[in-house]
Amino acid sequence: MKHHNIPGTTMFGGDQAQQGLALNRMCFSFNSAENRAAFLKDEEAYCARFGLTAEQREAVRERNVLKMLAAGGNVYYLAKLAGIFGLGVQDIGAQQTGMSVDEFKAKLVAAGR
Amino acid sequence: MARIIGGLGTTHVPAIGKAIAEHKENDPYWKPFFGGFDYVHEWLGREKPDVAVVFYNDHGLNFFLDKLPTFAVGAANEYRNEDEGWGLPVSKTAAGIPKLSWHLIERLVEDEFDITMCQDMLVDHAVTIPMALMWPGKAAWPVRIVPISINTVQHPLPSLARCLKLGRSIGRAIESYDEDLKVLVVGTGGLSHQLDGPRAGFINKEFDQLCMDELVRDPEALTRFTIPQFVELAGAQGVEFLNWMAMRGALTGKVTEAHRNYHIPISNTAAATVLLGNESRPRQQAGTAKVSRIPEDASAG
Repeated sequence: MKHHNIPGTTMFGGDQAQQGLALNRMCFSFNSAENRAAFLKDEEAYCARFGLTAEQREAVRERNVLKMLAAGGNVYYLAKLAGIFGLGVQDIGAQQTGMSVDEFKAKLVAAGR
Repeated sequence: MARIIGGLGTTHVPAIGKAIAEHKENDPYWKPFFGGFDYVHEWLGREKPDVAVVFYNDHGLNFFLDKLPTFAVGAANEYRNEDEGWGLPVSKTAAGIPKLSWHLIERLVEDEFDITMCQDMLVDHAVTIPMALMWPGKAAWPVRIVPISINTVQHPLPSLARCLKLGRSIGRAIESYDEDLKVLVVGTGGLSHQLDGPRAGFINKEFDQLCMDELVRDPEALTRFTIPQFVELAGAQGVEFLNWMAMRGALTGKVTEAHRNYHIPISNTAAATVLLGNESRPRQQAGTAKVSRIPEDASAG
């Protein structure tokens, strides 16, 4: 995908899809409760099974969404990983914007005024 | 002959499914959104559609990024939902109408839409939540469905113009279907929102209003936006509006806005519900029916 220079935004295209395939495939597997449990039981082994790159492994280990995106993660798939930790899109929105969850929610409410 | 009675656009945020499961419809946070369906329920109760053709985007339930169709049409007897990984209760199953599905598929391919045909198709919250919003508390939904998935996830995405044309082709196909059915067309997702990146939480009220206004009076005008421009104005996931464009395209008659509800925020999203009436044009004479099958804009299609 050619660069479009939209502030704070990456359009998830061919480069990201190719780079992120292993990470997104792992996240896709979290549609199964059994797989979510297997991840929680032995994260290292689970990530190894999907062949995550070192960058992806580090981002997952750190629970760092921006790093996961930089490693080719797609947010709809990352949301399945976040769900394992009981985190929703407002939690990950807060993390990505460096706000508290309350501040992030207040920003959303303010957008309606 | 089948008749298109109207179109509905609605947000499909997963959190809505959780709110329904937890009976929070009347909570102060949720009421401004759910209340927007009161009129829709009244209208559906009066109009009683037999079929819903639902344009939506899959979020990693039926499709994965390794094999991702731009347009996929369901042709199944039933459409199950399954665990989507983010804690939503699994929805009830929607009934299909494969004979109509195959009719739509045949006409789409005649119109040069190279679609994917799905005899097995799981449907995610982008189908099941709008169904639950339209027909709450029902043991079984009172319509059969044709789900049509549009890729809004992995770029390059189809253009707004292409999705409008897809809808037009579907609209013509429905109206040439030889069974007396009342058909509702649904487009799900949007409006402005962004989940990922430093711009997460982006919402654009002014642009949403413009989209809803032009959707009714001049959807063609919205095709001036390229996909990158649309992402910039509506947010990375605001491009789900492509489903609304297809829905609008399927309304072949005189289109009027019957109802609109818009509320910020639901979860990270500017939530909208728009109901459009479709007053059918007079039937073609039998002698000209064949001609009407050729799309007016085939040369540009």
